[in-house]
Amino acid sequence: MSVVKGNNTIVVSRQVKDTALCYHCGAECLSENIAYDNKTFCCEGCKLVYEIVSHNGMCDYYKISAHPGLSQIKPLRKDKYAYLDNEAIASSLYKFTDGKNIIVTLYIPGVHCSSCMWLLEHLYKLNAGITESRLNFTAKEVTIRFDKQVISLRQVIELLATIGYEPYISLDDANKKQPKNYNKKSIYKLGVAGFCFGNIMLMSFPEYLSDNTIEGQYASLFRILNLALSLPVFFYSASDFFKNAWKSYRQKAINIDAPVALAILITFARSVYEIVTGSGAGYLDSMSGIVFFMLAGRMIQDKTYQSISFHRDYQSYFPIAVNVVSNEGVASTSLKDLKKGDIIELYHDDIIPADAVITDGRGRIDYSFVTGESEPVSVTAGETIYAGGRQTGEKMRAQITKPVASSYLTSLWNHHTFSRNKAEQNNKKSFVHLLAGNFTIVLFALVMVTGIYWALNDPAKILPSVSAMLIIACPCALLLASTFTDGSLMRLLSINGLYLRDAFVIEQLGKINHVVFDKTGTLTSGSTDISTKGHELTMEEKDLVFTAASSSKHPYSMALVKYLPGCKKLNMEKWEEIPGKGIEAIVNGNYIKIGSAAFIDLPVTDAKANFYVLVNNKLTAFYIMPVIRKGIPGMLGKLSGTHGLSLLSGDNDKQKPYLQKLFGRNTELLFRQQPVDKLSYIDVLQKKGKKVLMIGDGLNDAGALQQSNVGITLADDINNFTPSCDAILKAENFSNLPSLLRLSKAGKKIINLSFGISLIYNIIGLYFSVQGKMNPLLAAILMPLSTLSIVLVTVGISNLYTRYIGLRINPESQPQYKT
Amino acid sequence: MSVLYVLVLVSILVASVFLGAFIWSVRSNQFEDNSGASMRMLHDNDNPQH
Repeated sequence: MSVVKGNNTIVVSRQVKDTALCYHCGAECLSENIAYDNKTFCCEGCKLVYEIVSHNGMCDYYKISAHPGLSQIKPLRKDKYAYLDNEAIASSLYKFTDGKNIIVTLYIPGVHCSSCMWLLEHLYKLNAGITESRLNFTAKEVTIRFDKQVISLRQVIELLATIGYEPYISLDDANKKQPKNYNKKSIYKLGVAGFCFGNIMLMSFPEYLSDNTIEGQYASLFRILNLALSLPVFFYSASDFFKNAWKSYRQKAINIDAPVALAILITFARSVYEIVTGSGAGYLDSMSGIVFFMLAGRMIQDKTYQSISFHRDYQSYFPIAVNVVSNEGVASTSLKDLKKGDIIELYHDDIIPADAVITDGRGRIDYSFVTGESEPVSVTAGETIYAGGRQTGEKMRAQITKPVASSYLTSLWNHHTFSRNKAEQNNKKSFVHLLAGNFTIVLFALVMVTGIYWALNDPAKILPSVSAMLIIACPCALLLASTFTDGSLMRLLSINGLYLRDAFVIEQLGKINHVVFDKTGTLTSGSTDISTKGHELTMEEKDLVFTAASSSKHPYSMALVKYLPGCKKLNMEKWEEIPGKGIEAIVNGNYIKIGSAAFIDLPVTDAKANFYVLVNNKLTAFYIMPVIRKGIPGMLGKLSGTHGLSLLSGDNDKQKPYLQKLFGRNTELLFRQQPVDKLSYIDVLQKKGKKVLMIGDGLNDAGALQQSNVGITLADDINNFTPSCDAILKAENFSNLPSLLRLSKAGKKIINLSFGISLIYNIIGLYFSVQGKMNPLLAAILMPLSTLSIVLVTVGISNLYTRYIGLRINPESQPQYKT
Repeated sequence: MSVLYVLVLVSILVASVFLGAFIWSVRSNQFEDNSGASMRMLHDNDNPQH
């Protein structure tokens, strides 16, 4: 379901002969009438963009990529951004202002190709007030600097909207001021560790290659330089390991960082001791190397998708301002200042910001995103409308009855489920920490035994042997194995359309044994299918019905028009639409009625039909069925063999018989579920010991997504609004779900395998060190060798396995640039 | 052999220059947008202000 305006799916067009493609967006042109400059366009909107672009001499836009634009079929409402004239609201979006120049950063979901970047960075050509614009392509954010005296923020945003790059502005933008969570520190730490590691290796070469014949003065020179170079590694780059270890000690739960930090500490202490006393060269090269590789692994694992947000709540769904009616007229008011009793004005496509009662006009409220109901609800004056619904009718007025924060929809966020930090909990539960904990306990037992043994036999050997053990037995290999596996799996999953919030989701996903589906927007797509019963319309009758329906804006009429393609529009003698009931018309002398059973006023055989069409006393019943997404039946069949399934729908049970057949007889299908019902259903499953995966798409699933072990949001366009979740799955990849779950399950096995391989290196190292034959050169060879083999094994096996289960391992080819 | 002292010092200095360049590149936000720069370089720059 698409909820963000101006965010239409990009049409991938293949040149088909005989059909003209829109020069701007590449969509098929249904009529040849819209032309300009010998070029055809699919709609007036696209033509307008072309006119602006070509008028300003910016036709390079169309040369860089073919059909770079987005379809402009949905016109922009004239006063949509009028609220930005209110300086208080506008300034909440400013990133910087000196009174004259203003800098704003806007999120533009439509950015997708090189042409987009070119146009957005040449905005100064369109308006002299814009002095600079720069696009962050990865984050889809454009930063614009403009002169307040020449152009206002509203004009800047309207300019962007008219050239087809409408920014997405929500209440969230006004509230958050902090920059994106972008971790520069970890890049510095990695860079410093790499620098020191390389130079320490270089300085250690004389030590590796000499047979203790290196002259004394040089030996100490290199050793002291090594020591100096290792200080930034120990105190700066490795600091996170110490911090995490300390945290785990305080919380009395050993995580993997604790033994790693201990090993780093011991290695450093022993190396300092050896260098200071002149008894040896220490193992600073190995220490800085391992820190460098571990940081690299962490970075690969923590790679995030900048343009996708996993933490959205209702705030990013709500608009930033609404029109409030007062004695002085209509004025834009920031949503934060909206009070109980205010009268607001809502237009077509506006979102209701708070629970309210209609005072004037009537509405058709689409609640599909908040409740899962697929049919819009007709409401008239005096009825209550709920926050989160979308008005799809004409202009109406309503009085606020509850403040924004305590509305029906927003109160869901006060549920205790939302107060826990799921990411942190998942991290703590990871088997890697458990393994590291057990590993540490065994290691300490061995160290104790060794220590006691030497205390009884030769006390002088306690320290060297114990420290050697602690150094060799560092579980860095485990850390490397898990981070590189996670990073590699996250990359492979994202290639196949599943974007994870963080790496810990992989392990949770591998444990899932029960999958709960939402219906509206998840199993079904936004489009509908129509079936009929009763009298079959002839070609002539179809034209008549088409004519009567095409003048109405009711969703059923619009669906009917779509259902009757290629029909001709005829003359109408009479046409009347009775709101909430139907249409009555006389076309070419034929009497036509379209509407509900009560409106038709004839005995009907099936009360379940959505509406009826009466042409010259011949009755046809129409059923509107949401279309089930492609590949769903096959996917459910595959999944039911390995996982338990359930369906939770906020919708009515009209489709139950069909869905029951799809899911199998033993699957529980529940309808008319409120958001809180969904949440508690998952809670009950979990109390029975199930690991639950929830797949939903709307705000009505937000509670269930949060409560479940893993919550996946299905999205037709991953840059659209999605409720807070653990992962986002592209709708086109939905049928691959069983394979994606299998791949996640493999993660644990791959980590165990590569950990096993690295243990072989540890045993080799231990074998030499026990005999006192461990020299720095051998250590310097073993360390990178084991790291390299872990990386190769994890990346190699995860790629091979992905191909084996039939998923893609390479991203889809990028769109070709015109030469 | 004392030339070794000079050489070691020079090598560390050269390496430090690269470290400095790296820190500068992170500071100037060059790691923020990994895919944008590759497209931007193909565009003709005809903005007189730049």
